[in-house]
Amino acid sequence: MNAIAQDTAAGKKIFESQCALCHGQTGTGGRGPSLQRPKLTKAPDDEALWKVISNGIQPEMPGAWQLNVREVASVGAYVKSLGAIPPEVLPGDPGRGERVYQSKGCAGCHMVAGRGEGFGPELTDIGSRRNGTHLRETILHPSAELPEGFLYVAIVTQSGAAIRGIRVNEDSFNLQIKDARGHFHSFAKSELRELRRLNNETPMPAYGGSLSNAELDDLVAYLASLKGKS
Amino acid sequence: MKFAVWLGAGWLIAVSAFAQVSYDRIVNAQKEPGNWLTYSGNYSGHRYSPLSQITPSNVTGLRVKWAHQFESGRTETSPIVVDGVMYITAPNSAAALDARTGRELWKWSRPIPKDYQSIGFGRVNRGPAILDNQLFVATLDCYLVALDLKSGAERWSVKVEDYKPGYSMTLAPLAIKGKVLIGVSGGEAGIRGFIDAYDSVTGKRTWRFWTVPAPGEPGYQTWPQEGTLKDSWKTGGGSTWVTGSYDPESNLVYWGIGNPGPDWNADSRPGDNLYTCSLVALDGDTGALKWHFQFTPHDTHDWDSTHVPVLFEAEVRGVKRKLVAVANRNAFFYVLDRTNGEFITGRAYAKQTWAKGLDDRGRPMVIPNTEPSAEGTIAYPNLNGATVWFSPSYSPLTNLFYVSVRELGSIYYKREADYKPGTFFAGGGEADIPKSEKSGAIRALEVATGKMRWEFPLHTASWSGVLSTGGALVFAGSDEGNFFALDALNGKPLWDFQTGGLIASNPISFNVDGKQYVCIAADRVLYVFGL
Repeated sequence: MNAIAQDTAAGKKIFESQCALCHGQTGTGGRGPSLQRPKLTKAPDDEALWKVISNGIQPEMPGAWQLNVREVASVGAYVKSLGAIPPEVLPGDPGRGERVYQSKGCAGCHMVAGRGEGFGPELTDIGSRRNGTHLRETILHPSAELPEGFLYVAIVTQSGAAIRGIRVNEDSFNLQIKDARGHFHSFAKSELRELRRLNNETPMPAYGGSLSNAELDDLVAYLASLKGKS
Repeated sequence: MKFAVWLGAGWLIAVSAFAQVSYDRIVNAQKEPGNWLTYSGNYSGHRYSPLSQITPSNVTGLRVKWAHQFESGRTETSPIVVDGVMYITAPNSAAALDARTGRELWKWSRPIPKDYQSIGFGRVNRGPAILDNQLFVATLDCYLVALDLKSGAERWSVKVEDYKPGYSMTLAPLAIKGKVLIGVSGGEAGIRGFIDAYDSVTGKRTWRFWTVPAPGEPGYQTWPQEGTLKDSWKTGGGSTWVTGSYDPESNLVYWGIGNPGPDWNADSRPGDNLYTCSLVALDGDTGALKWHFQFTPHDTHDWDSTHVPVLFEAEVRGVKRKLVAVANRNAFFYVLDRTNGEFITGRAYAKQTWAKGLDDRGRPMVIPNTEPSAEGTIAYPNLNGATVWFSPSYSPLTNLFYVSVRELGSIYYKREADYKPGTFFAGGGEADIPKSEKSGAIRALEVATGKMRWEFPLHTASWSGVLSTGGALVFAGSDEGNFFALDALNGKPLWDFQTGGLIASNPISFNVDGKQYVCIAADRVLYVFGL
């Protein structure tokens, strides 16, 4: 089936009329999941993606039985384009970047391929989710664009203890956070003396002052090379 | 003591006729508050339990008494409870459970055809109906089935419509005197909607009310009548997927009608598009239209008016009147005279950006350029509305109307719409407004005016219905799995429990052995709580 012609523009049109009701007009999600991601867990390759589009995923997603194979492939091409990161040429060296990663202590907060600490977001496949420009910006100005749903909070308990951490869960009644040592804390919100949402803050320091330009290039190249498990 | 006497009488009935649930018992549901006899607890759509053992002072003692696990998730069922037996549904299935322990007494299921597709909604079922010795279940593949209460064996089943073009059923039927009423889903597939009544004994259809009038019928003038668009009524939508209410005294059925089709591209349907986005009052014997009130003429945002209508009485300018209240998906709360459909009052109960308000006849004063567009138009509320299918509650104790409110907007897009049977016929859709605030709330509105008395803010917009009780409590759930109790007078949170799953269902309350229980479905588990 790999030889099927794929027309992304035609796929977009079909997507907007048949898929967008659940996945959002721009693939941001709604009743169905967001498709603005480079890896679709239920559709790791073209054939699997075409099958999902044609047959649906029972019980929630209807199949598009009315589409012919070319239309299905075109919708697939459009869906893949939603989360694609265009290939880019980066100036740094991934091998040297890995050494920068280790020497600057990144592994003290992040995990890559099973190694490191799980306080900050896992970076095993960060290169398939973020482009070089974004990675560079995050290293230099970590709070400039935080991941969706990320929130750093500062709380004070009734007994006066002050704790900062990354929000793990929040509902109308309760809050769970993870502190810098990776310890989980659970609170009833009504029992907190203070709950501050540090909307544009992150515990990650800005590395602008501690990296040379070459080190920064290398670190970006290393992170961009992390594509996750194949 | 009164209750013990009733229990004794109930036992006698059980021995002789196994919990025959006569029409009169449902009409007088308030006389047996330990049971939950119809979708909303009573015909008036109140979802109010007069039970009062659980109160603000002891609600912190609520504990799980038992749980039931469903085979699949996002369960939306609202059970029926009669004389110690609970009846529940899931897609194309039903079961009877021992209401004291949750153990299954019988189970029924009907295979879902392999080629069945849910077009524009989830594979769910919102509950059964009961009448005499039968339980009634509406199926995804559009059959109405009557089951024997004692065994779960099928007594009859009837094909309501062909599911292949997009018809489906997810709602709890409404059983009235000798009849079972149903409505259909499919508003995103270009169906022509209807409400049907079936003889409860034979399964024979007694009437059908088409929600989109055909040429020559009243209301047809609100659809294109000539030229290339003259057939747009045939795919005009008007689904009927939420259970209506009933006034036994006047024999009028009140039912909300869904959006016109295609949803977001209205080029093919200039006009008001009756009776979409309306409330209709139908004669229970014949299905004849007594009156209608259209909330959103010529809707372009998918704001179905498929809500449980709440029937109540109140004084209007010194005169006691029979009224109906609706908290609409379009973000306005309405009070109408339920004898004639006259608009009494209305006001926004959530953020909305599409209308300047309602005129003196209740028609929205639409702000220009708020309809979907090719480049996207921001409007509030989003397509799921300020509230949607889950039930509000009316407490005669507090005279308040409780509603779960969704505070979020959308970017609405208009796209091409080509009708092909059995596929989406929506003509666009929505996308998230980047970085916009999203929240929810349980709000208490004065039933006769819609003025907000209190609100309990929710972390996110909820899919849970609301129950109020004679113990002056309000129960509801959240997307994060909290099932909680609020003080019905002031909204103060009093108790909460983490169910471990998203709550998209309606709570109920009932008695077992004289003790009050509260029940909610959360994802794939049904929880029953008691003191």
